[in-house]
Amino acid sequence: MTTTYEPNQVLSTKEFKVVGTRPIRHDGVDKVTGKAQFGADVFPTGLLYGKILRSPHAHAKIKKIDTSKAAAMAGVKAVMTGRDMPETPNVPGEERRITLGELSTDLKYLREQVMATKRVLFRGHPVAAVAATSPHIAEEATKAIEIEYDVLPPVLTAPEGMADDAPIIHDDVFTDELGEKQTDKPSNVAEHFQHKLGDVNKGFAEADVVIEREFNTSTVHQGYIEPHTCTVQWNKDERVLIWNSTQGPFNVRDSAAQVLDIPISHVRLTPMEIGGGFGGKFEPYGEPPAAILSKMAGGRPVKIVMTRTEELECTGPTPGSYIKCKIGATKEGKITAMQAHMAYEAGAFPGSPVGAGAMCVFAPYDVENMLVDGYDVVVNKPKTAAYRAPGATNAEFTSETIIDEIAEKIGMEPLEFRLMNAAKEGTRQADGAPYDKIGLVEVIEAMKDHPHYNAPLEGKNRGRGMALGYWMNAGLQSSVNIAVNQDGTATLVEGSPDIGGSRTSISMQAAEVLGIQAEDIHPSVADTDSVGFSFGTGGSRTTFATGWAAYKAAEDVKQQMIERAALIWDVDADSIEMEDGVLKSKSDPELKTTFKELAGELNSTGGPIIGRGAVDPKGVGVAFAGLIVDVEVDPETGKVDVLRVTAVQDAGKAIHPSYVEGQMQGGSVQGIGWGLNEEYFMTEEGVMANSTWLDYRMPLALDLPMIDTVIVEVANPGHPFGVRGVGEVNIVAPPAALANAIYRAVGVRMERLPMKPQTVLETIAAQKG
Amino acid sequence: MREMTDGAETVEVEGSSVRQIINNLDEKFPGVKARLTDNGKMKANISVAVDGQVSPIGVLEKVGEESEVHFFPAIGGG
Repeated sequence: MTTTYEPNQVLSTKEFKVVGTRPIRHDGVDKVTGKAQFGADVFPTGLLYGKILRSPHAHAKIKKIDTSKAAAMAGVKAVMTGRDMPETPNVPGEERRITLGELSTDLKYLREQVMATKRVLFRGHPVAAVAATSPHIAEEATKAIEIEYDVLPPVLTAPEGMADDAPIIHDDVFTDELGEKQTDKPSNVAEHFQHKLGDVNKGFAEADVVIEREFNTSTVHQGYIEPHTCTVQWNKDERVLIWNSTQGPFNVRDSAAQVLDIPISHVRLTPMEIGGGFGGKFEPYGEPPAAILSKMAGGRPVKIVMTRTEELECTGPTPGSYIKCKIGATKEGKITAMQAHMAYEAGAFPGSPVGAGAMCVFAPYDVENMLVDGYDVVVNKPKTAAYRAPGATNAEFTSETIIDEIAEKIGMEPLEFRLMNAAKEGTRQADGAPYDKIGLVEVIEAMKDHPHYNAPLEGKNRGRGMALGYWMNAGLQSSVNIAVNQDGTATLVEGSPDIGGSRTSISMQAAEVLGIQAEDIHPSVADTDSVGFSFGTGGSRTTFATGWAAYKAAEDVKQQMIERAALIWDVDADSIEMEDGVLKSKSDPELKTTFKELAGELNSTGGPIIGRGAVDPKGVGVAFAGLIVDVEVDPETGKVDVLRVTAVQDAGKAIHPSYVEGQMQGGSVQGIGWGLNEEYFMTEEGVMANSTWLDYRMPLALDLPMIDTVIVEVANPGHPFGVRGVGEVNIVAPPAALANAIYRAVGVRMERLPMKPQTVLETIAAQKG
Repeated sequence: MREMTDGAETVEVEGSSVRQIINNLDEKFPGVKARLTDNGKMKANISVAVDGQVSPIGVLEKVGEESEVHFFPAIGGG
């Protein structure tokens, strides 16, 4: 039990030598001294600058494109349109799925997203591109391209898209249910699915209190600092070289190759350092056009760097949604039924995270009767991409506010109500699958034990709110190579870009196995020719899966080192053990050496030692988190000030606690921004009216207090060190916790995100008059 | 899928792999195999979990005598 206040607590259950410590990050010096090379820092010989011309309309037919004036301009080396892109085979019934972070799409849609051919489906949809000797000439040349459009009415929200009289965006999209087309009539509803447990009607009949509310959430963007950037060269040998800012080098290599209709082995992608992604940097945007422009320009490299407005208008945000949520409970505090109708905006092409949202909406609760209907709805907005626990924040905003309301109605303390109904090992999730070992109860208890929870909150219009969050995390494939150096250090090569300190958290797992210091491992993120396939950095998977690959590679090294010692000592390898970096005979105390000493003997005992690890693991540990937040609401303006925040999260095992704390704080900030201010403010024509960072209101350091953290460690039995992913779940709880705090401050239940001043005032007027 | 299993939410079939489970399901409930698989693999937008763990290898996943197998839409969909 926590009794004293510490801003950052780690509730450890198992200690290691390296794992769980806080070494300095390997890439720290380069990053703080400005030497790290990011995507825009690539300047190969003969570089041309690319610029994409984008649709001014959210929905329109392309009647005519004339590029002749642009092509004739001095300095312009290539001009392309959708007609220069390879056609994608479209064989009925044969989908070619492309994995994009936690989402996926059909190749034909990705091809159309990269550059439109006949119709534009969102404001900012690429329609042509130019390569020129300077960025200014390229921009001027795009203005010289003449396009005639036949403007069509846009569909901007999921409920609009589901209406019977809605304009149909795609004539080849039909509602699919678990792999089967449900109708021959084209629809904006690309997918419907249902998760059902028990009988909700029976469950609601047994309830003493039933609350049902409708919620709307706005489209929001990941807001990474570094924009998308790529430099692409189509070589004379037909190999395509890409340097870019990406979370998924292999994912973008594969998807770009398929869009370009070339073998994946013809593409070598070099991931540069990355200035944030949060799920939004798994898709190819500029890479295919830059490749084609490079080929048209005789193989000169072409660089495309997006502006902030292009980022907001044209890359993949996370969807707006409409959710109807209903929960019933007895007056004794037992939840009897939970039901949700969830409609998520996919953007211009199918593939919203509604499936993930449906898995999360009721995930913290052990309830016999659940019914969840999910709808993936295409609208005339940019195609959504993954964003930190995609789909979960929308979903749990709705359920966690109703949970709070029911607790109040039956007179129970909200955390006690949650604890009483908390999911545990064996609890069935909405889709019927049972949980393995989880740490939800421990998270709730850590919240209750925290000084913040028990601190008095005085003052007018102030309130404290709490909420839980769930995210299922991912596993997926990773590869790692480790080579031993003669000075007793090791180089580690991996394929997952380092966004949040993963070089170090992965190296620490190898160091733990080898019994050396984390600083003795020299990690690097390699290009796609230099390491085995590795899924990108997303899904809270890298420290889990790439770390596991590093563990296996280190075990491989360890076994080879044992065999070298056996060779030198002329004994069986089985008679030697290695622990904490020391190799010794199990029977002869004279036979003993260290990892570092033995490394110096490699050249004379058989040469290099290289360990390899490749995994596609099961055993993914799901994650729960909770947030306690204090706010003060100005009832005159509707402005919400955040006074105090405490984030609690089950990390399984925090490999590097500082990085886990950073993820918890960063995710909380993004969740608070989503909850209070961030939104795509769309005009009726489907134009984003706030497409700059002056108008798209993200939280700044001055908006927030320091965020306290509590790391709970309930080991994941599916990982050698007990790791659960930690990157995403922390964004989920903040909007609901804020809504619950606002209720306690001013007595109104919020049903719309963001809870900006205008929305708060409107809600006060509607509910209190 | 309940419309294919006469409304049953759970059914019992034998098999030591997901592939065998699907084949045996198809014998009991014709059409299940076509609904779940394409060219001998799980359809791209359908996932399978064995004993609560989503399988990365789909139809090749081994299944124990008391295992629970769940089919559900792949996360992300679309």
